[in-house]
Amino acid sequence: MVRIVYLGKFADWAGRDEEEFEAPLDWEGLAQRVEPRIAEELRGDRAHISLDGVVLADKQALSAKDGSEVALLPPVSGG
Amino acid sequence: MLDKGLSVGEAQAAFSNINRLSGGIASFLGKVRDDGETQALELTHYAPLTEPAIRELAQEALSRFALDGVLVWHRIGVMTRGQPIVLVMAAAPHRRAAFDAVDFLMDHLKSASWLWKREKRGGTWEWIEPRAEDRLDLSRWT
Repeated sequence: MVRIVYLGKFADWAGRDEEEFEAPLDWEGLAQRVEPRIAEELRGDRAHISLDGVVLADKQALSAKDGSEVALLPPVSGG
Repeated sequence: MLDKGLSVGEAQAAFSNINRLSGGIASFLGKVRDDGETQALELTHYAPLTEPAIRELAQEALSRFALDGVLVWHRIGVMTRGQPIVLVMAAAPHRRAAFDAVDFLMDHLKSASWLWKREKRGGTWEWIEPRAEDRLDLSRWT
């Protein structure tokens, strides 16, 4: 299984902080399984994806294996 | 990253002691403002990314400016009016580097760190995204 972690507003939109998807998981599989508006925002350039603690330069190159953690990162704001 | 009270006096005393031979120390404390509407603020982080990236940011400040040291403390969790959110300090032989480093660190913490902020107004939570001026502030450093 691949653990999906929702951050920020994505957690609200998904109605949960995390869930598990079948492994292996690529970009197409992810985009099909998450809420449509999360997938739509992930297609833009202000949302990011990390795989096992590394932010992907190319989201469409996602290739998550069994035991991986994929975090879905909406636009940030701190301070 | 701190999930409860940020003790400003304690941090300032410790940092000042470590950098007791520096020519100057600049410090910025960000707090939850009372704008009459915001009831609370919540900050979320993602441990595998947030802290390593802030450490890298601090390293970048150290290599970019002539500094003796930096301190970055950031709260996560729920905060209410008047409570501290972030404390940034920079010690340097000369004031300009200290001021610039604090400015640089704050601009990056506001809109280029792995943090997510929401504010509660009128009983409703709203996610906050950087304002255009936050992005403009950040672009000064590239």
